[in-house]
Amino acid sequence: MGFSVQQFKTFLLNVASMVEEKKEYLCELDRKIGDGDHGVTMSIGWQAIKKELESTLADEEDCAVISSKIGRTFLSAVGSSVGPLYATGFMRGAKVLKESDISQDDTWCNYWIAFIDGVHERGSAEIGDKTMMDALLPAKAQLVSEENKGLSMVEVFELAVESALDGAAKTKDMLSKRGRSSRLGERSIGNQDPGATSVAYVLEEYLKSLKTAVQV
Amino acid sequence: MKKIINDPNNVVDEMIEGYVKSYPQHVQLLEENNRAIVAVKKEEKDKVGILIGGGSGHEPAFMGYVGYGMADGVAVGNIFASPSPDPIIEVSKKIDTGQGVVYIYGNYAGDLMNFGMAAEIVELEEDIKVQSIIVKDDVASAPKEEAHKRRGIAGEFFVTKVAGASSEKGYAFDDVVRVTEEMNNNIRTMGVGLTPCALPQTGMPSFELAADEMEIGLGHHGEPGVEKGKLQTADQIVSRLVNDILEDMPLDKGENVAVLVNGLGSTTNMELYIMFRKVEEILTGKGITIHRSYVGDYSTSLEMGGASITIAKLTDELAQLIDFTADCPMFTQI
Repeated sequence: MGFSVQQFKTFLLNVASMVEEKKEYLCELDRKIGDGDHGVTMSIGWQAIKKELESTLADEEDCAVISSKIGRTFLSAVGSSVGPLYATGFMRGAKVLKESDISQDDTWCNYWIAFIDGVHERGSAEIGDKTMMDALLPAKAQLVSEENKGLSMVEVFELAVESALDGAAKTKDMLSKRGRSSRLGERSIGNQDPGATSVAYVLEEYLKSLKTAVQV
Repeated sequence: MKKIINDPNNVVDEMIEGYVKSYPQHVQLLEENNRAIVAVKKEEKDKVGILIGGGSGHEPAFMGYVGYGMADGVAVGNIFASPSPDPIIEVSKKIDTGQGVVYIYGNYAGDLMNFGMAAEIVELEEDIKVQSIIVKDDVASAPKEEAHKRRGIAGEFFVTKVAGASSEKGYAFDDVVRVTEEMNNNIRTMGVGLTPCALPQTGMPSFELAADEMEIGLGHHGEPGVEKGKLQTADQIVSRLVNDILEDMPLDKGENVAVLVNGLGSTTNMELYIMFRKVEEILTGKGITIHRSYVGDYSTSLEMGGASITIAKLTDELAQLIDFTADCPMFTQI
């Protein structure tokens, strides 16, 4: 089963479209606790990825190369704080793909675990800090859970996405401890974190692509 | 928000293009990266490289401060966003004369990660010595016991000034780092916001304040400040800002300082001078000497309305470095 090169590319292009749709909403979330540009930043980065996929990577057949390249592309296009975070995620994921068989479900489960570990290490934020990690760490918990070992890939990712969206929603009641919004203190409470929200959507797009892949 | 722009997605690149074309005697864009700008040198000499950088939208900061007596190069990010490591790496390679490079940037998560990654790569792959000086002058952004969390705002001007002057004077790497860090530790800034700015891509105001409201301690990306209140008179606002600074950095009678009254974008020079008048009155009243002052737009936030006050405590050495000549496209001091 696993995930083919074509499916991986389609998933990435779907994220780019999703970001365009959600751009304004993500900016709105960010205006409440940051500088209001999270949607713009994500759009700049994902549009650069889209361009790369449609040009230099159009004939690329190696998922590891694709993942590593788009990480660097994203970083160069945006800088910011999401740049290094996503770039590290994609590059760590690429390492897994380089050493494994992409036709195996486990490979992709490990891809996302490595992705999440990379972001975790680069930003060193924890659960409750009101960041991307509030969506990513609960998702990872589902991916590594012994209890989910008997489930299909789609079922595991359904749980992971559910946990990620739930984690993002929970950031609403948190006090920000990282990044610009951390200077807000009490005033950061009551607003959902834009970074946690968008990364949960990215995982959601992956789940959608997985489901489509299964139907084929 | 009305703006004179073309495609909102191209504002940064088109600004850079216009900037380097405006001042070919002063600055040049590197072929290797379209966000990397270096100073055009009148004479090639070995000196410690000074690299600055950060998001766009703060002009004249940061790119306006590339030139003699200030920075040797700048990495330019998207609006209010840290540059990626690429331009930082390219500028480092270009400006290093074998004496090492000092990075000066504000204390923001994005900048810390991107400049940090760049420094690692430059040291590893290019064998260039790098030292980062992280500016954290904004008193409003964290309490004194958490001063390490404070963000960097207008005070970075003084840090760049001292770093650039010391390297131009031929200070060795460790001495440039020493005086720059000393200046960095001796600056405090407090700001007030009156009206929001709007990102070109969204056109939406970054925050909302009623017509009769002001916000003390507003961040220079429009991040909310410490408290909202009714708009007061210039004298009341200045008293509040200066008082907060002096509580954080007590000054003795006879102390020497430099002062920067900085506009955030749409506040007029008229207002800034009205403010400076009060700053001078307060400091002189306390027996503090203003060695040199700067009034105007030094670090803005697009068209945000408001101002900040920075006080820099000076030693004799720092005063000499502040007085040193500077010749940049957006800042000249003779």
